[in-house]
Parts: sequence; C-alpha cells; structure tokens
Amino acid sequence: MSKDLRNYKLVIWRQASPQEKGGFEQYQVDGISPDTSFLEMLDILNDRLIKQNIRPIEFDSDCREGICGACGCLVNGQAHGPRQKATTCQIYMRSFENGDTITVEPWRAKAFPVIRDLVVDRSSFDRIISAGGYISVKSAKHADANAMLIPKPDADQAFDYATCIGCGACVAACPNASASLFTGAKISQFTLMPQGRVEREKRVERMVDQMDREGFGGCTNIGECEASCPKGISISAIATMKAEYLKAALSGRTESNASDGAM
Amino acid sequence: MKLDSKIPGGPIAQKWETYRSEMKLVNPANKRKFNVIVVGTGLAGASAAASMAELGYNVQSFCIQDSPRRAHSIAAQGGINAAKNYANDGDSVWRLFYDTVKGGDFRAREANVYRLAELSTSIIDQCVAQGVPFAREYSGELANRSFGGAQVSRTFYARGQTGQQLLLGAYSALMRQVDTGKVKLYERREMLDLVLVDGKARGIIARNLVTGALERYAADAVVLATGGYGRVYFLSTNAFNSNATASWRCYKRGAAFANPCFTQIHPTCIPVAGDHQSKLTLMSESLRNDGRVWVPLKKEDCKKDPSSIAEADRDYYLERRYPSFGNLVPRDVASRAAKAVCDEGRGVGPSGLAVYLDFRDAIKRDGRQVVSEKYGNLFEMYEHITGESPFETPMRIFPAIHYTMGGLWVDYNLMSNIPGLHVLGEANFSDHGANRLGASALMQGLADGYFVIPYTIGNYFASYPLPKVSVDHPEFAMAEAQSRDQISRLARVGANGKTTVMEYYRQLGLIMWEHVGMARNQSGLKKAISQIQQLKQEYWENVKIPTETETHNKNLEVALRVADFMELGELMATDALERNESCGGHFREESQTPEGEAKRDDQNFAHVAAWEYKGEGQKPALHKEPLQFENVHLAQRSYK
Repeated sequence: MSKDLRNYKLVIWRQASPQEKGGFEQYQVDGISPDTSFLEMLDILNDRLIKQNIRPIEFDSDCREGICGACGCLVNGQAHGPRQKATTCQIYMRSFENGDTITVEPWRAKAFPVIRDLVVDRSSFDRIISAGGYISVKSAKHADANAMLIPKPDADQAFDYATCIGCGACVAACPNASASLFTGAKISQFTLMPQGRVEREKRVERMVDQMDREGFGGCTNIGECEASCPKGISISAIATMKAEYLKAALSGRTESNASDGAM
Repeated sequence: MKLDSKIPGGPIAQKWETYRSEMKLVNPANKRKFNVIVVGTGLAGASAAASMAELGYNVQSFCIQDSPRRAHSIAAQGGINAAKNYANDGDSVWRLFYDTVKGGDFRAREANVYRLAELSTSIIDQCVAQGVPFAREYSGELANRSFGGAQVSRTFYARGQTGQQLLLGAYSALMRQVDTGKVKLYERREMLDLVLVDGKARGIIARNLVTGALERYAADAVVLATGGYGRVYFLSTNAFNSNATASWRCYKRGAAFANPCFTQIHPTCIPVAGDHQSKLTLMSESLRNDGRVWVPLKKEDCKKDPSSIAEADRDYYLERRYPSFGNLVPRDVASRAAKAVCDEGRGVGPSGLAVYLDFRDAIKRDGRQVVSEKYGNLFEMYEHITGESPFETPMRIFPAIHYTMGGLWVDYNLMSNIPGLHVLGEANFSDHGANRLGASALMQGLADGYFVIPYTIGNYFASYPLPKVSVDHPEFAMAEAQSRDQISRLARVGANGKTTVMEYYRQLGLIMWEHVGMARNQSGLKKAISQIQQLKQEYWENVKIPTETETHNKNLEVALRVADFMELGELMATDALERNESCGGHFREESQTPEGEAKRDDQNFAHVAAWEYKGEGQKPALHKEPLQFENVHLAQRSYK
C-alpha cells in the first residue's frame, strides 16, 4: 500500500431530478490513497458531504468488478475514464496525478434520460432485447447438448459478442448516440450459432426497429463505440447487423412481411 | 411451528420422477387466472419468472437494479456442474449427488441434493438451446474441466464468465416473456415486506427506488429469489447492493431461517488494501492448480521482498499439512490454514493478512508463455487492482466471504413454512449443507427456476383455495404503514446523527469477520452478540443519513439494509453458538481434532437448525429438522 495520499479537485454534474436543470459543482477531495478505486473515492467524498449536510452524489454501481454493467460515467470526457477496456469501477486513483482536476458527467443521450446526478435510465436497452434478443425456446426437455455441433471458432466469436455488459458506454461515446454496437453484438452472437439462425430475420428487424424507436442515433462508422467498450467488442458487430438487416428485408421472412406490414 | 420437509417416499432415484407425475396440475385455461410475484432476477429468479410465464401464469418480476440483467449471478466466474459424463471419466448423477452431500459435510437433505444432480443434465441442454456460448472443443462438442478438487471433469464453462452467460440466457428468456406481456417488469424496486392474508403469502410492499414511493402488489403466490447475505460482513465478493432485506422481512413475518451460520469463505481473494475498500475481488480458484501457497517460516522475514527469501526459509504450509491434496484442498480447509499462519504472525503484505500464491516454479517449469495462456487475464486483473505483476512477484491472497449456504427454510417443493412463499437459489438453505462445492451455485439456481418451481407452483395453486385478494386489503395497508414508519424513524434520526451508514456498516463487518468468520468460539460469539446489540442501539440513535425519503436516495436504501444486516448478524452468531460442532464452513474451535482439523458431531448436530422469529428483543425459537443419511454414509472428510 503506498502511503502517498493525494488530493483532487472534482467537477461533478449535479441534477436533482429529470425536470430540474443540472449544472457542475466543484468539490475538493483530499487524502486519497492511489489504491482507492474511482467509485470508492466517490464513496469517501459522499460520506464527507453527508456529514456537512450536503446531498451526496447519486451514482449506479453494483458488482464493482467490471461485469454487471451498472456503473458508468464520463470521466474527463471519456466513457468509463482513462483506462481502455475497463468500467468506471475498475479505474484506480493511481491513474490520476496528485492535484488533478477530474470532470465527472452522466452518460449523455436522448435515449438515456438522467434520473439524478450520474444515474441515468437505460431501460431502452432492455426494450431492445425484449424485441428479439433471444431464442424462442421454452424451459423444457431439449435435445442433448452435444447433438448440435458448433465449430469452436464460431462459438468463441459468439462468446466475444456475448460479453457485452449493457453499460451504455458505446452510446455515450458515440457522437450520434447510436446503440448499434449494443444491438449488433446480440445479433452477431446469434447469427454465429445454429440455434440463433432460425429466427434471424425477425430478430434483426424487430431489434433494429426498436432501437430507432427509442431515439438512438444512426451509425456513421466513427468507431468511438469500439474504443470505449469495456469488453472490447468489435465494431464488426455493426457490419453484421447491417448485412443481416438487408438480408432479412430481402428474404421475405420478416414479421412485417408475414403480417403484411401490420408491425 | 411445524417443519414438514414433504420428502416423497420411494427409492431416492425415483422420488422426483414419481412425485412429478403425482403432483396436481392447473388446467391450461386456468393458468392465466393465477398471478405470481417473483422477487429477484438472478439465475433463479429470471429462470423461474420466464418458465412460469411460458406456462401461462401472470408474473410480476422485481429487481433492485436498473435492469434484470445485472443481478449478482452475473459475476460467477468458474462454471456450472452437470452429470453429463461427456468426459467418459465415470461421472454419473449418483456421483454428483454423493460428492455434493459429502462436500456439504452431511448437513443437506439427501432427496433435494439427488434431484439437483438429476436435473443438472437438463440445465445444460436448456442453456445450449437458448444460445449460451459455452466453451467448445475443436470437434464442436462442449468442453469440460475439473473444478474445485472434483475427481471428474463435469464443469461446463464460458471462459471466466460462466455466470454472465447463463444469466444473459435466463434474462433473454425473461425479456421474451416481457414482450409477450406475460411478465410485467418492475426495476429499481426493493421488497420491504411480505403481506400475509389468512396466513398465506399474498403480496409484497416494495419501495420504488427512483421516487421513494411505497407500492403494494398482490398475487396468489410469492417467489423469493433474492440471493445470499454475504454482505453482512461488509467486505465480501458479493455485489455492493446484494442484501438480505427481503429474506429478513419474510423471517419477521414467520418464515423460518435455516442454518444462518453456514457461510462460505473463498480462499483466493485479493487482500484488503485499506479502509477505503468497498468490496473484495475473487481470483479464480483455478490458480491453485499451478500456484504454490506459502508464507515465510520466520516472522522477521514477513516484510522482506519475497524474492529475497531463500527456499529453506519458506513454508509451503498446504503441501506440508496435506501432502495428498496439497494446494488443492477444499475452500474451507485452505481458508482456515491461511488464517492459522496469519494468526501466528507469519502473514505477509502491509496488513499482515495475506499469504503468497507463487507462480515462480510454474513459470520455470512451463515457461511464461504457457502460464500466460492459462492465467493471463487473471494476472492482468490482479495487476490492475494491486499495481503488481504476478509474473514478477508472488500474488498476495486472503480468504473472503463468498457465498451463504444458509437461508430461508424450504420443503421439497421449495416452499417455506408460510404457504405460498417459495424461496429459490442462494436465498434458500436447501442443497449445499454446510459447504458448497465449486460450480454448484449456478446449477442450483437454474434447477430451482427452470425445472422445480414450474411444477411445484402448479401443485400449490391446485391444492389450496385462493380467494382473490386486492391491494386494498387491510393487511396491505398495515404492512405499508410499518415500512413507512421505519423509514420516517430512520430519516428523523438521520437528520441529526453523527456517524454515517457506511461507518456503521464497516463496524458491523469487522465484528462479524472477527467473531463469526473463519473460526468461531463460544466467548467470541457471545461477544459478537452483545457488540451487535450495542451497535444496533447506537445506530438507531445516531446514524447520519440524507433525509429525503421521496426520491432516489442511495444512502437511505443502504441504511435500511444495514438495519436488517445487524439483526441477521445477531441471528448468525446465535446459530453459530448453538451449533457446537465444526462442519463445512462452520468451524468451532472447541470442536477440532488434535491436528486442528474440523470435527463434526453427528450425534448431536445432524440436523437443520431452523429459527423462528419471536418478536423484537426476544430470543428466537430453535426448531430442528433431523437429517437422515440412507444413501451416503456419514464419514469424516479427510484431505491428508
């Protein structure tokens, strides 16, 4: 444990409710060990604020080991902060110099309305999954798992796409606030697996349509999403999604086709 | 209180099959008339909600997170066991059953465990059908590995993120039902009370964590899948929001709490670095396959650079004490051995509460490349957190709380002693006895949700008259008023208190870890009980919290949970005091062999200890459910 305690100036977005106007506030946080995680530093600040009768900073976090996807904010303008392939909870204060000024903001996107301070509403992601991010099998007796062979490279690649934690960094980093990496990752996972191909046309159509309905922007191949993704999900997911969408439209097997445009 | 385990008759291998055929059914057209509340969306909760909705029941699903996908099952790393025998190494349902009963140190029900082993194979088929990307061989078949000292390779995995992939499978099934309209999702809701009408579970009071509003929900049955209570220790590998409030409020409404002292400590976690720390990170147990655990022989070497300590001055204590299992002894044995050397003053690192896990010899033997392929991602994770590379200097590890085997008492139907209240996954006590085997938690959560509750819930609906109940029933108003009172009381104290919730929470954690942790004794447990009582009293007079109750207020959420953790902590200590034997994760210093190994007392303690709430300030009543071992013979575990 290093004994060199450090001091920081934090500039944090405060917004009491979705209706109220937000703004930046400054806080001095002194005596922080470099082994403290970024969120633990906020915990420390909050305990000090509470004792001064100042409303603490609200932020989401849960597992604090980079897998649940709950945390996330812009740290000095970067989604999740200064380290590549890490969530906000995986940032340690040793990444900052003593005396640094650190700016902290919530994800900024129309489809992620602010609830309070750094807490945003990401339920739009759930609705995209609900539109088709699944394989429609029941809980029941199925064929033996080894009855279906899946080439290892396909399984490995499907896994890479499936590691998405749904944090929203891709949306926050994208100048268009597009959810294409998130949506594309799920579509790509299932496209690579035989189980997923059965409903591929309906899936891609419904998920993409839902994404648009939620108010996410379109993808213009900027690539900020891939760079900010804590799981390193490849932007090739978006290419797959676009190709699948086109193929689906031409296949005549989409839901809008089947129900004669009723969707 | 009468505890009837309702274990069906007949030979163990046929119990579930026979029972399943005999259970009452609900007519398909009538299923839509039944409403079920499912609290929690981890493996057990999400799979249960999805499966019941598929059958036609109306499900209301609740989670404290902003999305059901974030439940703490997501963090499980290692894998999921299933008796598929794909490796052709002699595995079978019987062997998995036997290993689980023995591994649980003979404190679980045989019939439940057998059913779990039996269902394990269907879980893998189910998950593959859902598109879970398990690891595969070049043949295209599923890959298996051996895990946690098992002698067969029965663990299925998805790199180091098996929990995540299984949970996303269950979550996708849940979201499909949200789309069909059979599941109504309530995110950012915390269950604060169980509502009983005519003695049956008929609803819940939940707090909307965004608006702070108390909300009432009615149903024909309540399914609790709210996970374990490891956060009672403050520091643990559990997620920050994992809590025991839902279970605890059910206990206070009359549900029996079984074996609360059975907690599991994981030996390979990154040690505590300082007072700021909010959680402990687990390093996969697989590291013990190649890493060698040691501490310096001499106290005076503990602060030295480990590379400067000569071979002769190192104590590879696991290899020394357990020559046949060595570094691969089970979790509880490895954890206690680490504590013992630290207690002798031979712990390393700044706090003296750590031991080395050294890869020097593995790197020398296999080369850096091979070690990196096996453990590269773990080494990286370790380096990110500690700033040290395990390639250059030995890892420092220490045990941490990881899982709780105890939980609400349930019968064979997974129903508590309160009719209609069902409890699944880590929240119940049923399958792991006094110690859970690696890769068995995921198996149990999914077995309960996909393959047990869909049957037993129908049997419940078909067996009891359930007149319609609405949220206007006086019992709802009463429960809501009680929750409201508690919140306002806390807010009143919080306005002028001096000590923050987090400060109290850490104090509780220290008491629990010190006296109800890896080793327990009578005087320590008594001390813990009185210290917790004192802390609780002080808490309710002096806690400082932000007082806004009608909005998003994380500190208030935590304050409510900590109040329950204090009470639960006291019950854990009470149970540990009562159980004067060592078994599994529960080590009583009074009950050990001359070599310092755990000594079980089957004569006096081959039972489930189920505690009944008797009111504020009253000692809870202990009820014992005797355990019979007809298929696996009681034997002392030995790893020497």
